[in-house]
Amino acid sequence: MTTSVDSETKRGGPRALHASALARSRWRTAFLLSPPLLWFLVIYLSSLLLMLVTSFWSVNDFTQQIDHHLTGANFAQISSGAYVTIIWRTVLLAALVTLTDAIVAFPFAYVMARIATQRTQRILLGAVLLPLWASYLAKVYAWISILEKGGALNWTFSKLGLPDPNLGFTNGAMWIAFCYIWLPYMIVPIYGSLERIPSSLLDASADLGGSSWSTFRRVILPLALPGLLAGSIFTFSLTLGDYVTPLLIGGSNSTLIGNAIYENLLTGGNLPLAAALSTVPIVIMIVYLTVAKRLGAFEAL
Amino acid sequence: MSNEPAIDIRGVAKSFGPTTVLHDINLEVLDGEFFTMLGPSGSGKTTLLRMVAGFETPDRGEIRLHGDEVTQRPAHLRPVNTVFQDYALFPHMDVVTNVEYGLRVAGVKRGVRRERANAALAMVRLEGFSERRPAQLSGGQRQRVALARAIVNEPSVLLLDEPLGALDLKLRQEMQTELKAIQRRIGITFVYVTHDQEEAMAMSDRIAIMNQGVIEQVGTPREIYELPSTAFVASFIGTSNVIVRNGRTQSLRPERLRLLGAGTKVPEGSNAEAGTVTDVMYLGMMTRIFVHLDSGDDIVAVRTNDDSAGGATDVETGAHIVVAWRPEDAFALESELV
Repeated sequence: MTTSVDSETKRGGPRALHASALARSRWRTAFLLSPPLLWFLVIYLSSLLLMLVTSFWSVNDFTQQIDHHLTGANFAQISSGAYVTIIWRTVLLAALVTLTDAIVAFPFAYVMARIATQRTQRILLGAVLLPLWASYLAKVYAWISILEKGGALNWTFSKLGLPDPNLGFTNGAMWIAFCYIWLPYMIVPIYGSLERIPSSLLDASADLGGSSWSTFRRVILPLALPGLLAGSIFTFSLTLGDYVTPLLIGGSNSTLIGNAIYENLLTGGNLPLAAALSTVPIVIMIVYLTVAKRLGAFEAL
Repeated sequence: MSNEPAIDIRGVAKSFGPTTVLHDINLEVLDGEFFTMLGPSGSGKTTLLRMVAGFETPDRGEIRLHGDEVTQRPAHLRPVNTVFQDYALFPHMDVVTNVEYGLRVAGVKRGVRRERANAALAMVRLEGFSERRPAQLSGGQRQRVALARAIVNEPSVLLLDEPLGALDLKLRQEMQTELKAIQRRIGITFVYVTHDQEEAMAMSDRIAIMNQGVIEQVGTPREIYELPSTAFVASFIGTSNVIVRNGRTQSLRPERLRLLGAGTKVPEGSNAEAGTVTDVMYLGMMTRIFVHLDSGDDIVAVRTNDDSAGGATDVETGAHIVVAWRPEDAFALESELV
């Protein structure tokens, strides 16, 4: 009996030690996690929640004071008339910018990842990333100077004897500027996913009789899809929330959701309506991310 | 089987920048044989294989497959398939989709290709794994999928680039037996690249020994082991003692050496030299004995540890002994040891 008790204690020793170490490490984890977790809960989630609540309030027409009774009137307002046009315009533009960037970025990323020498690859990567350090405003103004009536584009066209494109301050100008500004966000993830494809997979496809087109369609494109989707999340969401580019380079019909929010917030003084409008891009992004997740976009991040 | 060799390589040379990886290679692989290209890394064996597959083109020379000149033909138009070293399975496709890839790009109808893919999977004993992704398989299973994916296309030549390199010893030995059996069953030419001499000996009908971009010797495993033509082959295949006697370089296999106690009568007609045992390694099935000859050469002898061999355990480090061999067991080599 004595021996068995002895061995029991001995066995209990390290186990108890292990348990206390585990408890200690759990406390340490909790301690380390609490500041970011607190930040996330208080600053981020609670402000989102507040915004959601605000979107069900209203503004008293006479006093201009916020009426705290819950009402769906704001959502009724944004789901009809001019706001629907604005929402559609924004979504279509975001989709168009995403598509254009995908088409432009893919060949560029492909050359960078699979064809260029290491030296050229570095130069190209630098060329992609460099504009990200320049101010957003400087880039938009640069496009204004190119696209406006007396700008470089009209000048080039007139020298070639072609009619003036007059792109300045139109939706077209906005499309060009967005495509340019967000392009690096599309190139980098596609480049990442293309670079990770082992070249033996391309050899294997050719070896099994796949032509270059088959290899592209059946091997390269599916394996680059997560990168493409990750890039599209950037271009789509960044366009969806932008309000500066439309202000600077857009025309009279270039109001986006962001501008509508801005106007209601600062000039209109209708905070609840602005909050209701703010939920629209959030809902669209939730839908977009759900679809992207289904397609495996987050495996590439 | 046609009379044309399955693969005919004539005067093929290749350089990558300043490095010449293949010097004027001539090689014929016969239809239906299990042929192995064996050599250390950097010997050019993989480059040669990749040229047959169509991933590299030679600087000079030509390659024929069953009589057809294919030297410049792109990989996807050649009737050969490859099992890659890293398997190169498509990670986004399940097992059966991987296997039927070649049939799909060739435009074979869905029903037919499913049937053939399943037959190929049965051949490599992987039924029931069709729906799995490559990431959910073990190394040995991936290996089998890669093999099924290649043989399903019924290529005239199957190329295997160190396909067992990543597997552990036991699995590798199993796969050697299985590969050989599959090759015999489907009867197509296998060209196998490896740096593992035991693997080459175990599976091949014929072996080409490659070293620094040249073929040193081509022959059956037995020819290469028993009649090595160069010092490189002698030392690369098995263990060999290379010694110079009377101005001739000779190869002595360790198992052909007899160790006699000092003063024992040397058998009639044998060569004999005295030496000192420097180390004795007991390896279970056999014992390896290192001897420093009085002539200055260090050689190694092997004794099988069965009762009839007289027991190698009586040899001790530091003992003075006599090493004897029959003159016919010493092979003259064409070149000096590199």
